[in-house]
Amino acid sequence: MKKYIDQGKNDTRSGYGAGMTELGRSNPNVVALCADLVGSLKIETFIAENPERFFQIGIAEANMMGIAAGLTIGGKIPFASTFANFATGRVYDQIRQSIAYSGKNVKICASHAGITLGEDGATHQILEDIGLMKMLPGMTVINPCDYNQTKAATLAIADYEGPVYLRFGRPKVANFTPADQKFEIGKALLLNEGTDVTIIATGHLVWQALIAAENLENKGISAEVINIHTIKPLDEEAVLKSVKKTGCVVSAEEHNYLGGLGESIARTLATQHPAPQEFVATQDTFGESGTPDQLMDKYGLNNKAIEEAVLRVLKRK
Amino acid sequence: MSQLIKYYNSRLDTQKIAPTFEIIKNITMPNIEALEDVVVQTRRDILRMVHKVNSGHPGGSLGCTEFFVSLYHEMMELKDGFDMDGAGEDLFFLSNGHISPVFYSILARKGYFPIEELNTFRLIDSRLQGHPTTHEGLPGIRVASGSLGQGMSVAIGAALAKKLNNDNHLVYSLHGDGELQEGQNWEAIMYAAGNKVDNLISTIDRNGQQIDGPTAEVLPLGNLSEKFTAFGWDVLEIKDGNNLEEVIAGLQEAKSRTGKGKPICIIMNTVMGNGVDFMMHTHAWHGKAPNDDQLETALAQNPETLGDY
Repeated sequence: MKKYIDQGKNDTRSGYGAGMTELGRSNPNVVALCADLVGSLKIETFIAENPERFFQIGIAEANMMGIAAGLTIGGKIPFASTFANFATGRVYDQIRQSIAYSGKNVKICASHAGITLGEDGATHQILEDIGLMKMLPGMTVINPCDYNQTKAATLAIADYEGPVYLRFGRPKVANFTPADQKFEIGKALLLNEGTDVTIIATGHLVWQALIAAENLENKGISAEVINIHTIKPLDEEAVLKSVKKTGCVVSAEEHNYLGGLGESIARTLATQHPAPQEFVATQDTFGESGTPDQLMDKYGLNNKAIEEAVLRVLKRK
Repeated sequence: MSQLIKYYNSRLDTQKIAPTFEIIKNITMPNIEALEDVVVQTRRDILRMVHKVNSGHPGGSLGCTEFFVSLYHEMMELKDGFDMDGAGEDLFFLSNGHISPVFYSILARKGYFPIEELNTFRLIDSRLQGHPTTHEGLPGIRVASGSLGQGMSVAIGAALAKKLNNDNHLVYSLHGDGELQEGQNWEAIMYAAGNKVDNLISTIDRNGQQIDGPTAEVLPLGNLSEKFTAFGWDVLEIKDGNNLEEVIAGLQEAKSRTGKGKPICIIMNTVMGNGVDFMMHTHAWHGKAPNDDQLETALAQNPETLGDY
């Protein structure tokens, strides 16, 4: 099993903030918008260094999405940021008409995604956002796994022309991807080679998948681990190549099983290479208050849940 | 009809192609009479477009015809050709996208795309979708609209980009009065004043009608002028938005007030269905096309001026 070292726990939203700082210095067309959550989005440095390129919209997310769409007319690259709940469900029609259908080069950057938002509870924990965003024609959906990858993704989407949904989170989690790793949109990363089962994870579940794979190795099970940071467009080739080898798959994500990464994988397999699949995801439920660890445990979103899913799927091979 | 328009028209008839911007550029609409000819022809285009496909929104289109003609033929500084960024020219955003027939007619006759393409309105494989969109690449359109209440935010964004780019040109937008029932407008209205977006002129088509009836009955809008003023806008009123001279004077006044720290709002009183007697003063023709007989009557009230497409 390939070893991955946690370089020190950090939050993915800080990766976004660091990416924005760098973009502020390197790309004069990048502008930032925020709906009264500057501190949560970690963009203080960008604002301090580029005050004229920052737009504080206030608590008005619908207006923010429209203004972001308008800023592209004139060559700007707007990064519109708020909590994932308010960046998607609250403004779905604004994103749909003014950004996606209009083909605008807006980057929707959503922090506090998923259940790990924690104590604020279900009003703020969105577990449906990947589904909402991936259903929009032309929308790219990215969910990086750690600080370094979130920073790299932030830089990469500035160079990509078209609407992007970039999803990240609040808690400090293991930071294990190389700081200099190039981020290729739509390209899966093979983290560990295995032969018995494929574990495909996204976001915070990638580190959990690595822990699960190590535990499984001790039980004599060889697990292949793939990090899918880009949910749409999905790297179907990587999925198929791995599952053709292992014969079964476990998908893992901090999202409802309806509409998430797991469904995208299932569609790929159903149409091209049917294989048993188990879903590590929330089971069509809202979240609740609690610490991130407690919630990930209660809702079955950790390495233990992945291990159990692997044992289930192996029986179905 | 002016000699210039005759020339313009003859070129179109003989060549059957899109007028080039070079031709358009050399034409300055010399007088109200010539503009009236454009208005009447635009009305004919609207009526014929919606009649052909038995769908679309003639009422609001007819009510805003004088506004569109004034804006595109008198007010806006436009470059040759079309690019999405619109640097170095004025921009216009139609928020109430359902009045696409008037927008398409104006854009076609201004040379953005072939006038004959008006024949494809709402048909399959057309660039002239029921509501305007960038999706099929129709020149002149910079954002999709139709789902109401979104256009002012987009216009603000474009105005902010102009400021960042040190581009002194203006951004115009048009909104239905009923559309102001959408809450996003008030987010945008608050933002534009709070952030001194003073290169923006937003016009409200105050026809007092919406699909289900008079706005006063569906959901009263109250005193719009006072509302915009209270939000921090510089507000002026066009008493008769179907009088070309008044519309042009109002737009010129609005333009003169830009750059002074406040966004500009024009409350423009119009009559839905203007120019066709049986369509006026009612919401009945908001989203309904005339039948063959009604079309004939309506066209008789608006005799051909620049030549039908």
